Amino acid sequence: MGLKLSTIIAAVALAAASGWAAAQTVKIGIITTYSGPTAGQGDQLDKGFKLYLKLNGNKLPPGVKVEPIFRDDTGANPDAAKRIAQELIVRDKVQFLTGVVWTPNAAAIAPLTAEAKVPFVIANAAGWNIPRMSKYVARVSHTLPQSAYPLGKWAAKKFKRVYTVVSDFAPGQEAEDAFIKGFKESGGEIVGSARVPLATTDFIPYMQRVKDAKPDAIFAFNPGGKQATAQMKAYADLGLKKAGIKYIGTGDITADEELQNMGDAALGVITVHHYSAAGDRPANKAFVAAYKKEYGEKMNPGYMAAVAWDAMDLIFHCIREEKGKMDPDKTMEIIRNYKNPDSPRGPIQIDPETRDIVQNEYLREVRKVDGKLANVELEVIETQYKDPWKEFNKPK
Amino acid sequence: MQDFLSSLVMVAFHGLAYGMILYLISVGLSVTMGLMGFVNLAHGVFAMAGGYMMLSAMSRLDVPFPLAIVIAFCAVALASMVLERFLYSRLYSAGELEQVLFTIGLIFMSVAVARLVYGPLPQPVHIPGYLKGQLHFLGRDFPTYRVFLIVFSVSLVALLWFGVERTRWGAMVRATVDYRAMAQSVGINTSRLFTLTFALGSGLAALGGALGAEIIAVEPTYPFEHLVFFLIVVAVGGLGSLRGPFVAALLIGVADTACKYWIPEFGAFFIYIATIAVLLLRPEGLFGKAT
Repeated sequence: MGLKLSTIIAAVALAAASGWAAAQTVKIGIITTYSGPTAGQGDQLDKGFKLYLKLNGNKLPPGVKVEPIFRDDTGANPDAAKRIAQELIVRDKVQFLTGVVWTPNAAAIAPLTAEAKVPFVIANAAGWNIPRMSKYVARVSHTLPQSAYPLGKWAAKKFKRVYTVVSDFAPGQEAEDAFIKGFKESGGEIVGSARVPLATTDFIPYMQRVKDAKPDAIFAFNPGGKQATAQMKAYADLGLKKAGIKYIGTGDITADEELQNMGDAALGVITVHHYSAAGDRPANKAFVAAYKKEYGEKMNPGYMAAVAWDAMDLIFHCIREEKGKMDPDKTMEIIRNYKNPDSPRGPIQIDPETRDIVQNEYLREVRKVDGKLANVELEVIETQYKDPWKEFNKPK
Repeated sequence: MQDFLSSLVMVAFHGLAYGMILYLISVGLSVTMGLMGFVNLAHGVFAMAGGYMMLSAMSRLDVPFPLAIVIAFCAVALASMVLERFLYSRLYSAGELEQVLFTIGLIFMSVAVARLVYGPLPQPVHIPGYLKGQLHFLGRDFPTYRVFLIVFSVSLVALLWFGVERTRWGAMVRATVDYRAMAQSVGINTSRLFTLTFALGSGLAALGGALGAEIIAVEPTYPFEHLVFFLIVVAVGGLGSLRGPFVAALLIGVADTACKYWIPEFGAFFIYIATIAVLLLRPEGLFGKAT
């Protein structure tokens, strides 16, 4: 017994000593979705973060360490997300928050970051006004108007009548609004709009309705993952393609991680987005190769994995600049001036004014490359593009 | 007008497909509740198990689709027999609270096991090539798989009704539902009857879960998420009958589809209103016996 006790004391002493030696440990609270029907999206963020940490986790000033703390918010669940963020801030004393698939969750967390002065780097949640909710919020992902608005303008040149189908939550409504604005401004006609519940797995009734309205094209937004596959399946099963109805949308509807499950019905689908695993930039080729090496040859990084990678790069940039002695206001200053000319999705930067991402938007088409479906980038439809919605809705 | 009629046809068609799946899953629940007075909230577990069985047999073992369905039915029916003998039968005489707690516990366990084995995501459904595409009749396209779903379920239901209305086993089940003590006293082995009926109900749920995997995604939270629909079918239809849940399932299937088709922003709202209305007017359900 005496021996055991001494061992415990030694262990405690050792732990305390190592804790003291690692005083420069920067804690990063990572909130993503590991359970529930939308865990596929969370898994993408997780894979992007972990890949970056594995390959670049040691590129830090001497004596500085990073401690990532992963937490599960179980899906679009603002209450859980808020509680988890609170725990991370108060108990774990994290110096960064990042991750967050869902807009409602990010909106619940944002006010906490203003109170606690914890920089919050959003790696997916796309609701356009979240960065306005706290000056400690920055976003490396995208907003829906960023892709839907240029797509609307482009679509008006090709189609006269379009039906829109979006997931019924804030980003879905924003995608719908932005597409319709762009499409109508350029002379298109919207023949109908449907908003479907976020957790829908059977899109058949909604897509049947679209088919019966006989539009030239359907514009869709869904939150990627399995929902994207389910909607594509309904598009195929009901024969919309055969009926000559073109399928277009934000890049979420042909998310790369799910694309191979969608079958040939996806061929010819047109999307606008900031990232494609098929992008032929050298930085992207290196990223995709590293991803495949880590997770398997059949796996493709989706846009969320690519963004998670960038989010971690941004955080590491801040840690290096401040040599591990993190000061929230200084961190935000560095974030506002962050530029990365060589991200997997091309050049990106943070807009100093809105703390939102500035990036290229690509027009893509699903084609077969080496026998596999791929989102082939046709052209840069908008270069170094800011969220148009913040321009249209200036703060009063 | 032409457009409206063709919309009606499509809503009825998709609603029928969904309703038949709901019926296959729920009929067992109605019968076990009516027959044994047992509140088996974990009934959805059998449907989920059926879905997982079929999908993993097809994707991991390359079993052809028809055989995978048979495997799902038999495996779940057998497993439920074991459960009934060793667990459920101990609680037949217990109060409703114990039964509810027990079956909720079973749901939690099954959710955890499913997540452990299959992960949290909905399982991808790969229907065989000959059931893909559309069938063209009456000047419209109908997805082949859903046509198959309807035809298959309708024949299954016909078989089930024949069994219950015309066979000796069916007569025994009906007698036991009506008056258990009397049935026992004329020599019906009610405990064996319970086991068999329970297994059949679970097997049907497994079929529903497997065939309907495309409509109701197979994922670990399945038994919780859809429980309310199964209960509505039983409550609206009435306990212990075959016809009641059938009408209720079709009503829900068609109403839900119509809602999604015409007023998607309302979601499943209409179903709950309809349920409340039916239960206010007929607390014992559409075809239930007043007690």
